[in-house]
Amino acid sequence: MPQIAQLAETFSSQIFWLLVFFGIVFFVIGRGMVPKVMGTVAQRDSQIGSDLAAAEAARAQADEEEEAWRKRENENRAAAQALIAKAKAEAAASNEKKLSAAQKRLDKKLADAEAAVAAARTSAMAEIEGVAAEATQDIVQRLAGVSVTAASAKKAVKEAMSNG
Amino acid sequence: MAAEPAKVDPMYQFTIEPLFGSANWEIAGFNIAFTNSAMWMLITTVVLGIFVWGGMKRELVPGRWQMAVETFTGFVENMLEANIGKAGRKYVPYVFSLFMFILFANILGLLPLGIVGLHPFTFTSHFTITGVLAAISFSIVLIVGFWKHGFHFFSLFVPHGTPLPMIPAIFLIELVSFAVRPFSLALRLFVAMMAGHVLLEVLSSFVIDGTNAGAHFGLLVGLPSFLLMIGICALEILVAGIQAYVFALLTSLYINDAENLH
Repeated sequence: MPQIAQLAETFSSQIFWLLVFFGIVFFVIGRGMVPKVMGTVAQRDSQIGSDLAAAEAARAQADEEEEAWRKRENENRAAAQALIAKAKAEAAASNEKKLSAAQKRLDKKLADAEAAVAAARTSAMAEIEGVAAEATQDIVQRLAGVSVTAASAKKAVKEAMSNG
Repeated sequence: MAAEPAKVDPMYQFTIEPLFGSANWEIAGFNIAFTNSAMWMLITTVVLGIFVWGGMKRELVPGRWQMAVETFTGFVENMLEANIGKAGRKYVPYVFSLFMFILFANILGLLPLGIVGLHPFTFTSHFTITGVLAAISFSIVLIVGFWKHGFHFFSLFVPHGTPLPMIPAIFLIELVSFAVRPFSLALRLFVAMMAGHVLLEVLSSFVIDGTNAGAHFGLLVGLPSFLLMIGICALEILVAGIQAYVFALLTSLYINDAENLH
């Protein structure tokens, strides 16, 4: 077993070179390089952590904005609804007014027309009376040769007409 | 062809040889020859350095390489945090170095470079090496323990709720179990690595000798051995990772004792 057979002649060189090379490994790699590698890892972890936090914050803000937008939207909708209702009511009111005005005008026209008809009738009646009286005068004159006054003729006509 | 029997010495792979005529280098009378063992420590260090350096691009979105390095640092960090808590983070450089150094040494030692004429040397199969690593880990435990808790550190050897008459016996038992830790740490890695390599070598000698002994032996012994070797190779890759993990895990558990007592 060379480990034992050569022990006496090699132990010093083995220990010496091990200390040299393990020392290099420890001081150059272990203390020099490894902390930098770990630093990179830590830096990345913190970067990821802060990125996640930023994303979380952005999401919260987006939620908030959506909420605000929804609120605003609802308000706008309500306002629009109110506007429509008001416009409808106004339109209905003005329609009513116009209709009533037209109705009034029509009523008045009707009344005027009725009055005109009545007036025409009375005047026609009066004319008929006049004509009848004259005719009566004429008839009496020709038949009886008696001239009646216009007044009495009229009176007689009236009586006859009212008697029917 | 098969006139002279092939000689396969399963232990030869652990032989340490000085390279580049450095056999007589000395510091203060101690030989510090640059051996094949030192060469593979150098290779391990360089490969590990390149691996980690490739993960230092510091990109926000990591590439594959950076991801691999970050997986290892994250793995060690999680292990320390799970075993020690927040205070464990300051041991990441040491435990990472330990884990990766052993892992790369184990895996590089397993590479089939013999095909191209190089001879991988697994220095973690030498208890000199694992012993030093275990000693470093254990020293850290002792230093941290006494630094943080002073003589109160000895309360580690007396678990809570021990009846008063039992304290001396329990103290002794706990002390022994504590003192054995560096040896178990060192021997576990050394034995696991050596056993696997010896097993592979023995099986390969079966393949070579069996085939040389003729077609019958080749089919009867060589082929099954070869199939077994393939399986054992997969197992050894697993063991290479597990032993590095166990070494780092036990180190972090021991540091936990020093950091938090019980």
